Amino acid sequence: MALSGMRGLSVFISDVRNCQNKEVERVRVDKELGNIRTRFKNEKGLTPYEKKKYVWKMLYIYMLGYDVDFGHMEAVSLISAPKYPEKQVGYIVTSCLLNENHDFLRLVINAVRNDIIGRNETFQCLGLTMIAISYSETFRLESMPTSSFTEKKVGNIGGREFSESLAPDVQKLLISSSCRPLVRKKAALCLLRLYRKNPDVVNVDGWSDRMTQLLDERDMGVLTAVMSLLVALVSNNYDAYWSCLPKCVKILERLARNQDIPQEYTYYGIPSPWLQVKTMRALQYFPTIEDPNTRRSLFEVLQRILMGTDVVKNVNKNNASHAVLFEALALVMHLDAEKEMMSQCVALLGKFIAVREPNIRYLGLENMTRMLMVTDVHDIIKRHQAQIITSLKDPDISIRRRALDLLYGMCDVTNAKDIVEELLQYLSTADFAMREELALKAAILAEKFAPDLSWYVDVILQLIDKAGDFVSDDIWFRVVQFVTNNEDLQPYAAVKAREYLDKPALHETMVKVSAYILGEYSHLLTRRPGCSPKEIFSIVHEKLPTVSSTTVPILLSTYAKILMHTQPPDQELQDHIWAIFNKYESCIDVEIQQRASALIKKAEDTEVDTAEQSAIKSRAALQQSSNALVVTDQPPSNGSLPVGQLSLVKMPSISSNADANSADQGLTEANGALSRVDPQPPTPSPDLLGDLLGPLAIEAPPNAALPSEQSSISGLEYDPNSVDALALAPLDDLTNSVQPIGNIAERFHALCLKDSGVLYEDPYIQIGVKAEWRMHHGRLVLFLGNKSTSPLLSVQALILPPSHLKIELSLVPDTIPPRAQVQIPLEVVNLRPSRDVSVLDFSYKFGSTMVNAKLRLPAVLSKFLQPISVSSEEFFPQWRSLSGPPLKLQEVIRGVKPLSLLEMSNLFNSYRLMVSPGLDPNPNNLVASTTFYSESTQAMLCLIRVETDPSDRTQLRMTVASGDPTLTLELKEFIKEQLVNIPMAVPALSSIPQQPQSTFPVGLTDPGAMLSGLL
Amino acid sequence: MIQYVLLISRQGKVRLTKWYSPYSQKERSKIIRELSGVILTRGPKLCNFVDWKGFKVVYKRYASLYFCMCIHQDDNELEVLEIIHHFVEILDRYFGSVCELDLIFNFHKAYYILDELLIAGELQESSKKTIARLIAAQDSLVETAKEEAGSLSNIIAQATK
Repeated sequence: MALSGMRGLSVFISDVRNCQNKEVERVRVDKELGNIRTRFKNEKGLTPYEKKKYVWKMLYIYMLGYDVDFGHMEAVSLISAPKYPEKQVGYIVTSCLLNENHDFLRLVINAVRNDIIGRNETFQCLGLTMIAISYSETFRLESMPTSSFTEKKVGNIGGREFSESLAPDVQKLLISSSCRPLVRKKAALCLLRLYRKNPDVVNVDGWSDRMTQLLDERDMGVLTAVMSLLVALVSNNYDAYWSCLPKCVKILERLARNQDIPQEYTYYGIPSPWLQVKTMRALQYFPTIEDPNTRRSLFEVLQRILMGTDVVKNVNKNNASHAVLFEALALVMHLDAEKEMMSQCVALLGKFIAVREPNIRYLGLENMTRMLMVTDVHDIIKRHQAQIITSLKDPDISIRRRALDLLYGMCDVTNAKDIVEELLQYLSTADFAMREELALKAAILAEKFAPDLSWYVDVILQLIDKAGDFVSDDIWFRVVQFVTNNEDLQPYAAVKAREYLDKPALHETMVKVSAYILGEYSHLLTRRPGCSPKEIFSIVHEKLPTVSSTTVPILLSTYAKILMHTQPPDQELQDHIWAIFNKYESCIDVEIQQRASALIKKAEDTEVDTAEQSAIKSRAALQQSSNALVVTDQPPSNGSLPVGQLSLVKMPSISSNADANSADQGLTEANGALSRVDPQPPTPSPDLLGDLLGPLAIEAPPNAALPSEQSSISGLEYDPNSVDALALAPLDDLTNSVQPIGNIAERFHALCLKDSGVLYEDPYIQIGVKAEWRMHHGRLVLFLGNKSTSPLLSVQALILPPSHLKIELSLVPDTIPPRAQVQIPLEVVNLRPSRDVSVLDFSYKFGSTMVNAKLRLPAVLSKFLQPISVSSEEFFPQWRSLSGPPLKLQEVIRGVKPLSLLEMSNLFNSYRLMVSPGLDPNPNNLVASTTFYSESTQAMLCLIRVETDPSDRTQLRMTVASGDPTLTLELKEFIKEQLVNIPMAVPALSSIPQQPQSTFPVGLTDPGAMLSGLL
Repeated sequence: MIQYVLLISRQGKVRLTKWYSPYSQKERSKIIRELSGVILTRGPKLCNFVDWKGFKVVYKRYASLYFCMCIHQDDNELEVLEIIHHFVEILDRYFGSVCELDLIFNFHKAYYILDELLIAGELQESSKKTIARLIAAQDSLVETAKEEAGSLSNIIAQATK
């Protein structure tokens, strides 16, 4: 048996190994900890050997996951030992063990420093390794604040001064010609670690020349470490390192040609694949390569890699060569230069996704998805659709995930039907872990690319049927909303709902949707077999015993609606339903009880008609709220259409239809134009209609407008979106004939929280945004997609940036061809803190119509934040050191949207302000921290504290602190804006209690509240 | 950048851990527990990558031992997979066809070797020969010290006899 060379240690490890279960193990470990504790107490008698042995045991115990809260002193003291064996153990154990307790580390700081600047290179190595490994934990806080903090000395924390004074020592070792490679490569990575935590430690001006020289390094170990350092440096600020670029290309050439590479640095015959990958990674941070010669050399190398990588039998060789190949692909995608090479890349990826080797297939799928993001290769990738769908059925979940991502990314109007149907099929067998994502993706795609609306309804109902547990409420609200807003769809949806109710073991969500739809529209089916009011009622009622208390109110409302739609009234049915209401009036569930008694009250007051009226109200409210739902991911193309008005226009032809009549009443009610509805049963009378229409005529055009509207959009007849376009023909505003789809403000707010999505959409164009943020830099890509079959002309985009942002906009083409998408990259640099927002002034011409939109760009303050967690030991000294204005500002904010503390935490976290739970001893308070990046402030730590009043959630006191007065002010105001006016995209809001019914037309934006407050 | 390195046995026992990003002891235990659940149950012919809470874990099984490294989503997976193999080859060279028991009883040696291969979550040295040379030098330093101590204690023992 291989032994550790320390008998006591081996025996202990062996004992632990022989433990039959976790409990026995814990007993053995506790015994050992007790033993070590006693030994350490009588330290006098401890030989260095014993000390070493116990410290190793401690590390072993700690590695197994047990807490070791003593003995740190002993580990630390070994570092200062004069002899190598003790020192070595001291360093390795300390660096593993002491990451949460930096008080002890201060004790050895001088010892470590002496070792690093000393002359013994073995000791230097130990010191450098420890700093490189444990730096992040130990000196996290000390290194966070930057330049402006240095003027304001932060306490007397030795670590910070230590790290600052240490960096020059480490730099000296790295560039020293007398140091051996083993020291220099450690110094390079140690410096990388110091730099990651505090970019100030590398003085950019002088250092870039040094880096350029370091790239001439002949020792491959040192060069590899230096290249890692360079990757970190250029990822942060490539501008300072342009002179390194040609050197990188040279290194790559040297490696690719295998010139002058020592044998020991080839790996399975490949010249250091790691160095090749790192070098290509560094090159990816430069936006372009200007010098034609360098560029040509690089492309030759890349071409060689792309063409010359063959599949070989040896797994390791294959992996190594493909690691290089995939990095080369990424670099080609980035440089995106010669379309010739791009098509080569797609061809290679097409090959990869079909191979049997799972790693290559996985990476093929992953990189194809990446490629979709950087360039328009949809058409080529679509050729591989069948192959990708096969991967969706792969036995490996990792591969299935990549296939799902790719299918989602490549979906458009032409293949949506196929892809969504595949996803649905897969849903029944998919892993639990994937179902929710799958359901959401299918729903989004179905909505985004639906060739017709009945298909959309089919898809969502199937989705609920197959994966009801994973279908969020948003999704079923959406389908209900669609049906409500599209009259043509209503009979179809009712038929479908009726069919589903026949199925055994229905998911509860399906019961909800079906009951809701049938309540509203089952009267459209009465002539069909099995669809009489009585039959509909009894099939819905069958489900009642199986549903939970949240669904019961929906069913009760359905009964009321069935009753009101029954013509002529059916006394027997009415008695039956009333009996049910009476029964539930004494229900223990408050919600149900209220619903039942409300229904009864209404019924008693004015018989059925009032119930009808209130049901209508809620439906009208749904129509009103159609905008509100659009925020859920990709909005539908007809999200905001004024449906109520559309149905108005059509009304004369269906004036005998009680529903249409009542819908108008409801609408009128909702608009506040008519406060009381005629309590008479709805008798179809033209006069009455005329009266009802009277007040509405102000808002809606006269009926005569319809034909002309239709003709004006006839040009869109062959557009798959024509349904939407028809529905969209804006009847309410004839002067500006193009209306945005969805709510622009909500889209903007949603994009403030995520990095990709739709910024603007109207019937002809969709503008999508994809953004990447890194420190104070941002890269946005605008995707301008022409949805129509005609070109969009005179396209213009102007950016009106506020003074704190530097935004470079690439050239915008004058014309966007039919059904084409163009990409406009934007480079953003954040110069200083400000919450001003830049505006994109966008215009185009469709036919003779000029369309102009001014859109806020989601380059908001929070995008330049990076959440950072701080411990209480770190937080409070900082907090105290920033005393009073202007660095620390406090304000009592009133009129805050009431949020629970958890919801507020979620809100903060979603804006990249990291909440540290439990840090503030008062449970009603909340403390958050983040780093803000801008050119003027560099990385700057910001601390936020919110004190809430549990008795009044509409007010709170907020304190914001940072090292920069402007930043403090701007951040405080920014957070305040979010607290006072919370955009609806924040999911936490859905749990806010519903508002009273009377406020429907204004402010009620939550679909959950809407539906549960039906009556 | 590599976030952490885990060596876990087929039974889910921890054989070696190294953390290059800050995680509390509690988080570490949770990661080890949950990740073992994911990786140990994966079949033999699947790919070597799993999605892991916004990160990616590259793993490979050698006999009864799983070597896992957690990386960023856009890091190069195959490169890291071969770092694992590189590490295994170095261990193999050092112990002479390494087995799990070697690593259990000499976990401290494994730490020394890992520290020569990776620091700051980055590859430090790609030559097996160089690493072998450095570890041998360290070992001989320890040996020399031991001999010195031995002879010293002999002298003392002799003198105090």
